[in-house]
Amino acid sequence: MDFDLSEEQRMLEDSVERLIAERYGFEQRKKYLKEEAGFSRDLWRRYAEMGLLGLPFEERHGGSNGGAIETMIVMEAFGRGLTLEPYLATVILSGGLIQLAGSEAQRAELLPRIADGSLLAAWAHSEAQSRYDLCDVACSARRDADGWILDGAKSHVMHGDSADKLIVSARISGERRDRDGIALFLVDADAPGVERRGYGTQDGLRAAQITLSGVPIASRDAMGEPGKAASVIERVADCALAALAAEAVGAMAAAHETTVEYLKTRKQFGVTIGSFQALQHRAVDMLVELEQARSMALFATMMVEEPDAAERRKAISAATVQIRRSGRYIGQQAVQLHGGIGMTLEYKIGHYFKRFTAMETLFGDTDHHLAALAEAGGLIAPA
Amino acid sequence: MDLRFTPDELAFRDEVRTFFRTALPADIRRKTELGQRLSKEDTVSWQRILNAKGWAVPHWPAEWGGTDWGPVKNYVFREEMQLAPAPDPLSFNVSMVGPVLIAFGTDAQKRHFLPRVANLDYWFCQGFSEPGAGSDLASLRTSARREGDDYVVNGQKIWTSRAHHADWMFCLVRTDPKAKPQAGITYLLIDMKTPGITVRPIPTIDGEHHFNEVFFDDARVPVANRVGEENKGWTYAKFLLGNERTGIARVGASKYRIQRAKELARTIMLGATPLAETPRFREKVADIEVQLKALEITQMRVVCNARKLPPGVQDPASSVLKLKGSELQQAATEILMEVAGPDALALQPEHLWGTATDEPIGPEWGPMIAPDYFYTRAASIYGGSNEIQRNVIAKRLLGL
Ligand SMILES: Cc1cc2nc3c(=O)[nH]c(=O)nc-3n(C[C@H](O)[C@H](O)[C@H](O)COP(=O)(O)OP(=O)(O)OC[C@H]3O[C@@H](n4cnc5c(N)ncnc54)[C@H](O)[C@@H]3O)c2cc1C
Repeated sequence: MDFDLSEEQRMLEDSVERLIAERYGFEQRKKYLKEEAGFSRDLWRRYAEMGLLGLPFEERHGGSNGGAIETMIVMEAFGRGLTLEPYLATVILSGGLIQLAGSEAQRAELLPRIADGSLLAAWAHSEAQSRYDLCDVACSARRDADGWILDGAKSHVMHGDSADKLIVSARISGERRDRDGIALFLVDADAPGVERRGYGTQDGLRAAQITLSGVPIASRDAMGEPGKAASVIERVADCALAALAAEAVGAMAAAHETTVEYLKTRKQFGVTIGSFQALQHRAVDMLVELEQARSMALFATMMVEEPDAAERRKAISAATVQIRRSGRYIGQQAVQLHGGIGMTLEYKIGHYFKRFTAMETLFGDTDHHLAALAEAGGLIAPA
Repeated sequence: MDLRFTPDELAFRDEVRTFFRTALPADIRRKTELGQRLSKEDTVSWQRILNAKGWAVPHWPAEWGGTDWGPVKNYVFREEMQLAPAPDPLSFNVSMVGPVLIAFGTDAQKRHFLPRVANLDYWFCQGFSEPGAGSDLASLRTSARREGDDYVVNGQKIWTSRAHHADWMFCLVRTDPKAKPQAGITYLLIDMKTPGITVRPIPTIDGEHHFNEVFFDDARVPVANRVGEENKGWTYAKFLLGNERTGIARVGASKYRIQRAKELARTIMLGATPLAETPRFREKVADIEVQLKALEITQMRVVCNARKLPPGVQDPASSVLKLKGSELQQAATEILMEVAGPDALALQPEHLWGTATDEPIGPEWGPMIAPDYFYTRAASIYGGSNEIQRNVIAKRLLGL
């Protein structure tokens, strides 16, 4: 057993943490929020220069061959800063799909552009009715002389409004919730027939509703073997959950620190409120939840590349359940221990709380993952 | 002992229910059903409808526009109102400043203010908290210096809910800086139009404008607007905060949220099964229902016990109501949040306020869910935080 980072990983950690500390203060974040895309294009370029946007890609695609640990390091720092840039949408989700399902030509064309920051991409997968069922796809793709025609609607596409390229899932055969029959397509965001309605989300990020009306797709823009995308989709969702776990841990650590700091400075009844044992114990319980979450984020990181899909999925569900439990507790308590100021939009603690809340709805809520884990027999085999 | 309502109480409940069904304007009902924010006009017009019926301030003495319903009927009335669902009458008026004036005001003050408080001709806000005085309210510093027939007020209040709507503030000020903290406080009624008063909004995490900072810069308040004696304000404030606590359990409001969650869960499909039919959802909701039932009965016990206490004396068990009531309000909003899931994600303030001209992203009810969850975190902070309630219980009920 060894939980230590390598020399290189520690350098990565140092540089990302420094970047966030210098460039992602709460006031700076407010400015980025007001930018047109809802995040900082300038920082996006900086991430590219630092090699963060190509981190998980192979070197020949402009990347640095990083694995799940490198992703964890970056996401944890992003969580601390409550960053707004489309790293999850572009690098983890879209980059991940292109790596897993893309042809060599698609990879060679797109990954370097993601890595150098010139291409933003988003995954248009979930639909109004699908909720947390990754195979519930009603959007359809039918064969056409030159390729495919896409029709349907996608909802809550993370950063779908600023994306240049969309990766759209669509059904080519079967019933709405069948595992078989789902395909992935590369679609230009400004292609004819694509309509986007961008909006802000409760946690300050951006998303879009996307409708596709008779969108023509060339055959070469289909990804992987048409109809067989389900396992890739599940794998990428698991990568996203592992990344979100790390992000959540970063945010939890920052929320906890901020709260402890507040307990040490805020005075009531002539003493710092941190001298009240009731609040000390609460801060301790938050720490316990944070450590539990950190452990499970590590578990998710170590299991996300597990070749046995069933084992991988169990581990990710288990980690997700813990992360959400911890995030909810820490978020709620952080607000509570701040009193009135915790309720204000002008102060940062509430924004952590809102981010935890939004994260609970991404790629399956706690109940969804508990049920999946229970269905799969749990983590401990009977004696 | 009998937990059931008497036939008389049941008949009363039906009468009240029918009234709410017919008297509550459809547009206001629609907003409260959906959880949309109400405008000032909505709150005012509904309270005036109640007042016209003689029901705006039922728990006040009949002499001042109240009824002689007694605690059980008052309770039934409040619960039916929350289930209707109708807006609450402005609690600053009907539960806070009104009862204080009735108990401690001069005749002239009662005659002037009480009818206007009941009819919401005067909208009151509560100026207690200050940046340095929250849970430790007695450390407040906003000062009032006597000059002839006026007090000259200087200082700052914070977290003042609805001060931007208010015509008047009931306010705690320090009149004797040398006395021990609780002894030098005075309770004033301040006209918000008084020169020297500035109100600055503080947006909350639900994206709304609920509360404010209020600054006083040599604001002159006539001595005639003092309630009770100079330097005795703490007594009146304690009386008022006790009243605030009993109303704060909001069992009916939590019941309504649970009803909503069950209804919406029927429309959410998990594969081929509606969420409402999954065992986990049903058990989670049942668990909250059990706790709500217990709280409801606890509340009835407090309500019935109130008859035996001398006027103005608070049952310390009211802290139990505040504590558990706020936790259950929060649990109910959490359930709603889980039901909505991704449908709660889009930030759509115009749909929250009912001023949108476009279609909502997702279902019509979606925009209200997350803000409700966010804002309800405040239920365990305001009105004496839950930690403070625990301190009160430890000290007064347990003698620790
Ligand atoms: C939405 C909202 C609306 C409000 N509306 C009004 C209004 O209209 N008028 C008004 O006057 N005020 C209003 N308030 C203020 C409210 O009453 C205060 O926020 C509350 O009293 C807590 O004070 P504080 O915010 O200064 O927190 P603090 O007193 O600084 O408390 C911070 C944390 O320390 C805890 N704590 C403090 N003392 C102790 C102790 N002795 N033991 C254990 N824990 C302790 C608290 O519980 C809290 O968790 C409102 C607040 C909110 C959130």
